[in-house]
Amino acid sequence: MGKVDFNGVIKRVCLHHVPDAQPGEYVIVHVGFALQRVDEAEAHKVFEFLEGMDQLDELRVEES
Amino acid sequence: MKFLDEYRDEAAARKLVRAIEDVATRSWTIMEVCGGQTHTIVKYGIDELLPQGIELVHGPGCPVCVTALETIDRAHAIASRSDVIFCSFGDMLRVPGSAGDLLQLKSHGSDVRVVYSPLDAVAIAAAHPGKQVAFFAIGFETTAPPNAMAVWMAARRGLTNFSVLVSHVLVPPAMTAILEAPDNRVQAFLGPGHVCTVVGYEEYEPLASKYRVPIVITGFEPVDMLEGLLLAIRQLEERRAEVENAYGRAVRREGNPASRALIDEVFEVCDRKWRGVGNIPRSGLRLTPAYATFDAEQRFAVSAIETQGLQRGRPSPISSGPARSRLHSTIASCSATAAVVACRLI
Repeated sequence: MGKVDFNGVIKRVCLHHVPDAQPGEYVIVHVGFALQRVDEAEAHKVFEFLEGMDQLDELRVEES
Repeated sequence: MKFLDEYRDEAAARKLVRAIEDVATRSWTIMEVCGGQTHTIVKYGIDELLPQGIELVHGPGCPVCVTALETIDRAHAIASRSDVIFCSFGDMLRVPGSAGDLLQLKSHGSDVRVVYSPLDAVAIAAAHPGKQVAFFAIGFETTAPPNAMAVWMAARRGLTNFSVLVSHVLVPPAMTAILEAPDNRVQAFLGPGHVCTVVGYEEYEPLASKYRVPIVITGFEPVDMLEGLLLAIRQLEERRAEVENAYGRAVRREGNPASRALIDEVFEVCDRKWRGVGNIPRSGLRLTPAYATFDAEQRFAVSAIETQGLQRGRPSPISSGPARSRLHSTIASCSATAAVVACRLI
């Protein structure tokens, strides 16, 4: 068991399914169980795609 | 909060809507599988942001709503006993059985308790050795590891007064049933992100290729949903039918091996009746023979309770006001089980 911070609410949850999780990391929690560690690099991908869209828009503006 | 606020950012959502408008050249019908995803669509009005012709069909992915009527009736039969403390997730208490719901039973004096976690039910059993404690073990694959852990722990602690009424359901057989239906209109799926967090998405790959249907594993925030839709529409436009993972921050292809091992230890696949759908072969989980002594149906001899008159339904889109309100009220009664959140380990 370990403690997690739900944006200010502290709860004890079962960590059996995430044996490698470290303090400070984010985990996916369901009914008192941490089921997976959140992958930070993967989490950024959609925002990298959106930044790419912005750059494409800027190119379009420059071309026109 | 990190991993939450940025996925609710309006500017990011609007950019994704624009990307969808750029990609979509014709009408497409896409089903989001999970009730939690339906919740996000209705809460944020995502269906109204999409280009005309992109239709969202709401899937069968709410374990509360699909729990068979006779299972609810069996729960009532168990919870009515004076020697039983009946524990359940809160959202099951308002689901009507043949003779009212569990909340009414509680108001008439039955000891029905809402628990946050199945481990709370195990703790109640340990604290009340003179009582029988039955836990209503419902859910999709996401909830199977917690429920399996409760049974496993009760076995380890030698708790003979703990049992589970199991009504677990599985997503891929339900998707297969939808795809096999002669009147199926679904052309792509947003796959269930948290189910795949546990079991991965290998099992979805044969579905995508056999039925030529794109499946995009998708999260539950507005930006997640729009990214999932963008990838699904892009596949449809390019005539591709693959499994793509748009929820990489929580889903690996193989899922969580520790969770899968625990499910296999405690549960085995069985046929299951779905409320409003009917029987779907190999679409449920039940206890393995090694854990059969924890089966509440056997312990309280309620397996014979059957009900008639199940109707076969098919998914339908919500487009009008009244239909949308009905959906709101259904979701309002069952969103607690769907609650899966990212939080920081301290």
